Amino acid sequence: MTTETQRSGGIEVESLVREFKNGPRAVDGIDLEVAQGEIYGFLGPNGAGKSTTVLMLTTLLPPTAGTARVGGFDVVEQGPQVRASIGAALQEAALDPLLTGREHMRLQTALHGLGKNQRESRGNELLERVGLDYAADRKVGGYSGGMKRRLDLALALAHRPRILFLDEPTTGLDIQSRTALWEEVARLAAEDGVTVFLTTQYLEEADALANRVGIIDHGHLVAEGTPAELKAEIGRLTVEAVPREEGDRERMTAVLGRFGQGAGSSPRGVAVRLDGGESQLAEVVRALDSEGIAIERLQLHAPSLDDVFLAKTGRSLEGAGEEEPAEAEPETAAPA
Amino acid sequence: MSSSLGNQVGQLARRSVVRTLRQPAQIVPAIVFPLFLLAVNTGGLKDATSLPGFPTDSYLTFILAVPFIQGALFSVMNSGTDLARDIETGFLNRLALTPLRGAALLSGLLAGATVLGVVQAVVYLAVGLIAGAEMAAGAGGALVLVLLSVTITVAFGTIGLFAALRFGTGEAVQGLFPVFFVFLFLSAMTLPLDLLTTDWFHAIASVNPVTYLLEAIRSLLIEGWNLGDLALGFGIAAAIGAIGMTAASSALKTRLVRT
Repeated sequence: MTTETQRSGGIEVESLVREFKNGPRAVDGIDLEVAQGEIYGFLGPNGAGKSTTVLMLTTLLPPTAGTARVGGFDVVEQGPQVRASIGAALQEAALDPLLTGREHMRLQTALHGLGKNQRESRGNELLERVGLDYAADRKVGGYSGGMKRRLDLALALAHRPRILFLDEPTTGLDIQSRTALWEEVARLAAEDGVTVFLTTQYLEEADALANRVGIIDHGHLVAEGTPAELKAEIGRLTVEAVPREEGDRERMTAVLGRFGQGAGSSPRGVAVRLDGGESQLAEVVRALDSEGIAIERLQLHAPSLDDVFLAKTGRSLEGAGEEEPAEAEPETAAPA
Repeated sequence: MSSSLGNQVGQLARRSVVRTLRQPAQIVPAIVFPLFLLAVNTGGLKDATSLPGFPTDSYLTFILAVPFIQGALFSVMNSGTDLARDIETGFLNRLALTPLRGAALLSGLLAGATVLGVVQAVVYLAVGLIAGAEMAAGAGGALVLVLLSVTITVAFGTIGLFAALRFGTGEAVQGLFPVFFVFLFLSAMTLPLDLLTTDWFHAIASVNPVTYLLEAIRSLLIEGWNLGDLALGFGIAAAIGAIGMTAASSALKTRLVRT
């Protein structure tokens, strides 16, 4: 752990554990470091431990073991200082349907201690920035999912935090709303130097936004690096072929197996990671032809983060999700 | 940056009041239902005034105390349900990430109950007086009655907050409503305590705090200024509020485990 990161608006986590009563270790000894101004993508399926990690880093859930410093402050010993340094948009956009967007901003800025004359200007500035100025005086109950997420982001920024936690901010959003949110998050990091800790189960989101990615599965950090580094680590291209005749699938598997290790494919197809790279493609086609296997479709895939996830966990990210343990919900939602 | 306790209470009070005023479903039943029961009881039990020892010739004046307590019962549900919704939607987590103090949260949430309590008390009193009820303590007594009614409303509201924080769901809070109605029915609601001749009922009513809240209100309507009854009424309301607030504060600490 570097002291430089501690002094800046970064995040440092060491051997962090959260264990629930009668439940699994939702987070099982993770270590990570996020530098100031970096967008860190925390990628994993449902139930992997992403939200539990965010709740611990935002001081809403005490860790069972390990240490974490956010913005230079210990999340257990210096909770109020951590909260003053961070903004957070948690998994569900937690808004009051009976209040307007402007009333939300007024409440949030006031509770964070902004002066009376600053509250309105800051609220208006943020509403305009997230494109909600036109709907500022409408009750939030009538907002779309994308509007709620954008308001959630604006509220998280009310007190100019140095570090921003976004827990699956685009889940359920249409592509336009998702892209608009990505642009704003990227701008925050690039122009304002805000550190962003972003959890997601969308590979393309991590790929498009994150400077570095951590992959979490069953509470363990199984891989970490830039998206390019992680893909390069896997290295090999994948070829996927679909036989014209369903009955040829088994023979096709045997033929392709000569060229590399099996990989995830569509239900009718067969895929392998090519040991020899792109140059083997012609050989693959010749081999299938010589066996008399007619090909309906042949595709070459560059390595993706899903390949990285598959290589690290033995499963594809899509469909790898599990039910979140009930106790993994924030304590505020747990029966006392 | 941090905001003062007063500012925090003020902001949350404003939110609570705005929420209450934007939910006619909270306000209308809390006013209409007790007035409906007032009409039914007055019509059905008016002959009770001929019982020896009944303190007034007007049953309307006697039974007018009941809507103030029934209205306060709605406060349990309204304040508790609002807070439970904040827990369920995660809004409480949003608040927990600000420098908000727990005392400010609870006090602010009761502001809506206070406003609704004032509106209810004024309406019940106005309807009662228009219908012919007496106000023995005069205009000053009317003001004290409104104050007492609001105190009872806020006190009951703290129990709603406790239930919301303890159980975390609106359904659990709403489940309290019939329980509180049992307390009301097992009090000196329809007859003075002295005229409850069934032993077990008299025994229960005489230890039921609701009886003394009713008697405090009735003292203003029927007798004038009975400082003993008033002190007992205000004292019991304050005690319920103190117990409710202490329990709610403790439940808040359990629920909000922010470090």
